[in-house]
Amino acid sequence: MSIGTESNPLKVAIVGSGPSGFYATEALIKSDFVVEVDLIERLPVPFGLVRSGVAPDHPKLKQAIEVYKKIAQSPEFNFVGNVTVGQDIKAEDIQKTHHAVIYTCGAETDRKLGIPGEDLLGSYTATEFVGWYNGHPDYRDRTFDLSHETAIVIGQGNVAADVSRILAKSVDELKHTDISQHALDALADSKIKTIYVVGRRGPAQAKFASKELKEFLEIENCRPYIDPKELELNETSQQELEMKEGRGNKKNVEIFQKFAESEDTGKPRTCISTFLKSPVRLEGEGRLEKAVFEINELSGEPFNQSAKGTGETMEIECGILFRSIGYNGVPIPGVPFYDRWGTIPNENGRITTEQGGDVVPGLYTAGWIKRGPSGIIGTNRACAVESVDMLLEDVSKLPADKPGREGLYKILDANSVQYINYDQWMKIDAAEVTAGEPKGKPREKFTRREEMLAIANN
Amino acid sequence: MTTVVTENCKGCRFTDCVSVCPVACFHYDDEMLYIDPDVCIDCSACIPECPVEAIYEEDDLPEGQEGWVEINAEKAPDLPLIEEPMDPLPGAEDRKSELGF
Repeated sequence: MSIGTESNPLKVAIVGSGPSGFYATEALIKSDFVVEVDLIERLPVPFGLVRSGVAPDHPKLKQAIEVYKKIAQSPEFNFVGNVTVGQDIKAEDIQKTHHAVIYTCGAETDRKLGIPGEDLLGSYTATEFVGWYNGHPDYRDRTFDLSHETAIVIGQGNVAADVSRILAKSVDELKHTDISQHALDALADSKIKTIYVVGRRGPAQAKFASKELKEFLEIENCRPYIDPKELELNETSQQELEMKEGRGNKKNVEIFQKFAESEDTGKPRTCISTFLKSPVRLEGEGRLEKAVFEINELSGEPFNQSAKGTGETMEIECGILFRSIGYNGVPIPGVPFYDRWGTIPNENGRITTEQGGDVVPGLYTAGWIKRGPSGIIGTNRACAVESVDMLLEDVSKLPADKPGREGLYKILDANSVQYINYDQWMKIDAAEVTAGEPKGKPREKFTRREEMLAIANN
Repeated sequence: MTTVVTENCKGCRFTDCVSVCPVACFHYDDEMLYIDPDVCIDCSACIPECPVEAIYEEDDLPEGQEGWVEINAEKAPDLPLIEEPMDPLPGAEDRKSELGF
């Protein structure tokens, strides 16, 4: 019996309901095959980083959710929330129930700096902080000591920008967003006056989207600043800015120039960009008191310059530090994993037994767990389409007889898993919007699984 | 603020941008693509994809290209949606080199 027909639809399980999971679903539904998609999510709520990663003061980006809601209305789509693969159900079991499985579970953990003192109280990951202000249940009970006047953010990407901006803004600038109430309350008591955003390489190599950088010029509560001396670029960096590939970098440097020229108008906070510094150790008696950096210099060809330590060091006294230097996936038991890159090894989306190994029939991957944490929401659409194209090419080679959804539910029931469906999520969604209304917020997220499940099962 | 397709797309219509659009906001006619500003979420994913640098953020438009904001807004909603890349227009490669890319 051939797969992908009315009598035997192509049954695909997708693990992870962020952008990549939804774009993979979309690509499957648009294919010429009759499909059934079960989108499995470890939280009771869908949309991954669009819900719990995108900053609350970026509501327009969150409108991507409207596209996912439309996809979710397709009859081929089914949401299976509150199910952790590897814990509530074995990865091997899903391979038995479905023709194909696509892992789109993202990169959930931060890369480490690998320096002494990294685990001192006061040193945190951007992931915990972002999850905390965005109401992710895993980070609901984290606390961040904002009682010191100086904060440091290590990193030069958009997450570092988000973290810095949330620290920089006043509560008034955030209170009508969907930021979680517990975070808003804690930020209201923040004593932070200075935020250092520290980069290993130079201003011409910073990875920020210029739009994110530009936003710092518009924060009511904070002055962005950079010492003009930091904008004296080496010759190779100047060459980079004049090349086509350097279009975005050039824009960034122009914005840094505006930071350098910004006047001190008495705003309560200052956000200082500083470059060519690598943290070498964090120090403090029982908790973070200062960060020690080694000054770097750049060498190498255009767009391939690396930072090398000069031996000279400098210190910044601080009470809190966030690292945002990249992300790694978290291995799922029973699914191949390449530790070095923190990704699932694959060939254009077909999962392989190991990096460079043989293809495992029926297993695919897309998004950050496939290619590493690069690109923005839309990048994952092209990425998911590529993986689904591989899957569709392989359909005739897959074993035909699979129970699909029914088989999945049978195992979850046997394991006493309290999974939730899309209608139940819509109840949670509606309740969140209602809870936000009196506060003038688009929604007040539920931040605990039990709360979510109580609403879902009401 | 929105994102805008400008002059350079005319006669090329490479459509690389379309594959990374998270919200399907591109529309097309016989000449070029247009972005529907009511659907675009300003993520800027499309900007670096364009081989002829036709796409800009509204407040970053080169001089003389400002009129495209209105043209995109007016034309896009009534034109067919494009969600998957298609072949560039005939002569697109020639036009690309003419434009200096």
